[in-house]
Amino acid sequence: MSAAEKPNAIIRRRRRELVVGAVLLLALALLPLPIDNVYLRGLMVLMLLYAGLSQGWNILGGYCGQISLGHAVYFGIGAYTSAMLFTTLGIPSTLGMFAGGALAALAALLVGWPCFRLSGHYYAIATLVVSMMVLLLMTNWDFVNAAMGITIPFRAESWIQLQFRVAVLPFHYVMLAYAAVAWLIAWVVEGSRWGFIWRAVKDDVTAAQSLAVRVFPSKMAAAAISGGITGVGGALYTQYVGFIDSESGFGLPLSVLIALPAVVGGVGTLWGPFLGAAVLIPVQQLTVAWLGSAGNGIDLMIYGALIMSLALLRPQGLVSLFGVRSQAGGDVTVGEEVVGETAEAEVVDNA
Amino acid sequence: MSAAIIAQVAIGGLLMGLVYALVAAGLSLIFGLMDVVNFAHGELLMLAMYATLTLHQAIGLDPLVQLPLVAMLLFGVGVAIYRGLIARALGIRFNTGMAQVFVTFGLSIFLVGTAQLVFGSDFRAITDGVLSNQTLALGKIVLPLSQVAAGLVCLLAFAALVLISRTEFGRALEATREDRDAVALIGIDRDKVFSIGWGIGAATVGIAGVMLANFYYISPTVGANFALIAYVTVALGGFGSLLGALIAGVLVGLVEAMTALFIDPSLKQVGIFAIYVMVLMVRPRGLFGRL
Amino acid sequence: MLDATGVGPPEVDPIVPDPILQVRSVSKSFGSVTANVDVTFDVARGEILGLIGPNGAGKSTLFNSIAGAETPDSGEILLEGTRISGLGAVACTQLGIGRTFQVVRSFNSMTVLENVMVGAFARVTRVHPAMARALEVIEFCGLGGQVDAPAHALTPSGKRRLEVARALATEPRLLLLDEMLTGLTPSEAQAGMQLVRAVRARGITIIMVEHVMEVLLPLIDRAVVLHLGRKLSEGSPQAMVRNPEVIRAYLGDRYVA
Repeated sequence: MSAAEKPNAIIRRRRRELVVGAVLLLALALLPLPIDNVYLRGLMVLMLLYAGLSQGWNILGGYCGQISLGHAVYFGIGAYTSAMLFTTLGIPSTLGMFAGGALAALAALLVGWPCFRLSGHYYAIATLVVSMMVLLLMTNWDFVNAAMGITIPFRAESWIQLQFRVAVLPFHYVMLAYAAVAWLIAWVVEGSRWGFIWRAVKDDVTAAQSLAVRVFPSKMAAAAISGGITGVGGALYTQYVGFIDSESGFGLPLSVLIALPAVVGGVGTLWGPFLGAAVLIPVQQLTVAWLGSAGNGIDLMIYGALIMSLALLRPQGLVSLFGVRSQAGGDVTVGEEVVGETAEAEVVDNA
Repeated sequence: MSAAIIAQVAIGGLLMGLVYALVAAGLSLIFGLMDVVNFAHGELLMLAMYATLTLHQAIGLDPLVQLPLVAMLLFGVGVAIYRGLIARALGIRFNTGMAQVFVTFGLSIFLVGTAQLVFGSDFRAITDGVLSNQTLALGKIVLPLSQVAAGLVCLLAFAALVLISRTEFGRALEATREDRDAVALIGIDRDKVFSIGWGIGAATVGIAGVMLANFYYISPTVGANFALIAYVTVALGGFGSLLGALIAGVLVGLVEAMTALFIDPSLKQVGIFAIYVMVLMVRPRGLFGRL
Repeated sequence: MLDATGVGPPEVDPIVPDPILQVRSVSKSFGSVTANVDVTFDVARGEILGLIGPNGAGKSTLFNSIAGAETPDSGEILLEGTRISGLGAVACTQLGIGRTFQVVRSFNSMTVLENVMVGAFARVTRVHPAMARALEVIEFCGLGGQVDAPAHALTPSGKRRLEVARALATEPRLLLLDEMLTGLTPSEAQAGMQLVRAVRARGITIIMVEHVMEVLLPLIDRAVVLHLGRKLSEGSPQAMVRNPEVIRAYLGDRYVA
């Protein structure tokens, strides 16, 4: 039987991922029903939101390999766009979120255009500076209410406007849908031409170019998709909380929290952001609530120590504990074949 | 607005710019050496400032006197960070770039939390040092003595850095930067060079911190602000270039001061960011950088 | 530019009938180091041409110039009448030039199939056609049993086959092979030559760079010999072996494969 006739590893893996995804979706849909605790339900809403946000980040940072430390920009643009459209023009957020996503995608292209010329660390710094700049501008711009932020006035219970007086459960399903769509987009993109190109570029740019791969457009595509997903998340968050201001929309802690689940869970994998969010969000919420509420800094110490340990001890992320291979492993900074082989030995160990 | 006021603000900006330049030099040194961006650089500054505060309050040592002490302390901290964290991060084969970024990122968060725990979040200041509350008058221009001293000390430290770069160690540093892998062949202990490089990088930030403690507020989050300016300064001047850090630092200080004066104090950083964006678009590797 | 038969009118007088590639007075220096000086030759459609010479002859630089990875300082290179010198590697590949690398550059985080699919994506955008095309090329190159093997786990000769397969997936008209047969065991070299002949049988013109002549002689139709940056001689392999200048060029640089 020739190679073309039996389903190869790629096809088998893709089918497996879809099956697992569907099962997970069902489980998460049923999960909150027996749990009638408002706090826990709220926790799950946040976990799902950040799973989606981080999945969006993962497309640029994990699959494409450009580490963005300022992804809050796209979140904030999505949040403010949706909020402003509703408060000034009465456009419901189910439409506003797409406008927010589109604007965020556009912003990502704008940022990417000069910044993708920069290599690794330079790029990370540039994203940081850009987000700080936007934060500063938004805090002083009266059109968007400057530092006071925008409050979403409650009109009526509505699925079109995504407003519910007291219930948290509807938002669980909203965020679940968001996370599921983000996952699906990642699944599609990872197996598409872009996915292959991103991995090739990360492994060996010169070889990729010899195969007619255009690097810059591929990065722009990643940026737009990533920014768009993050922007939609920002809009949904605003509806959930009912309020957005410059710090909660553009702040550095937010950028960190968007990137971290993917890094902790496993950068460049489908499940990493989800696993990471499932671990990080409860840890973050609990440490802040129990330990950090007095501003005593212990929560930050734990948080920081966690990041450092994971970066050094488990760089492939927590998914490697389940034997999932990351797509980000192609980063070989020195030399050619020899180093590449050793690096791959590390990755294959976990396959 | 009188010429005197403009001159005063400009000189003040220049002096601050010298401080920025020194902070940036430390960052640039480390990056130029081993391609690692220290995202905890601002927190090293913060550490130095708190060390100065503590020594001043506990033993009554004036900040000026503390310069060599705190510099040595920060040197040790730099070496410790390299040995304990960075060396390990560099040894990771998987996704090396990300490990480096996040390990220093995590460190910065950890340090802020530690400072909060030990010192509390309140703003502190040193108000009874030798330099506090004194001014220097040059005609119609009045400048706080502490800021003038800061500018001068940073300039001197910068000169010291240049001198170091001319010594044998400095050349070893340069050689390691040029070709990390080949230097072992000529007998240079790469690990030692990296350690000392980190030590010097941290010590320069330490010196800046001591001088800043004379007139700047001290808080756990004070580092973030300076770090951001340092990144912009290094990007503007070019990673790995001392001269670039100096020129860029002064430029940044000047622009910041002028923006505050002519546009709005709360928007003073916008001017800096605008420069950064322009540099990005026109000359990504900075004025004197090697990409 | 191209008429119905796919052959364009050569803008430059051909040296051989029906040339697919024309190299005209190509020169290239790197600072004070001269790599190529005034190199001129044609490559006939469908032939296997050997580009040979001792170390330092300028073969790699010329190779890279044809592949688009370098730009000549002067002179030009034409692919079926279209000027390709200075267009860059991406454009050259799109116009139909494939290449392998002397030091194999596999995508080590990917499998054999995935590697070759990257090449296939140069011509198609959708995954299934790319997969089908890649599978066909993999089978053709003799890697059919290792479709899902990680690229880094292949034997050295397997990796070279992968390089060829990947380049073939881009559907080149001209394939450049960089020291493909160097350092192989006799049986591996035989298998390699078989593959090269099979590629030519598909209608692809081939240029092979080698610095050890013996390996190439039974395989190539013609040879172009470079020495110290200049074209020393060209002609049939038998003529090259007997050419006193060529022999002299090599005597000072005897190299055992």
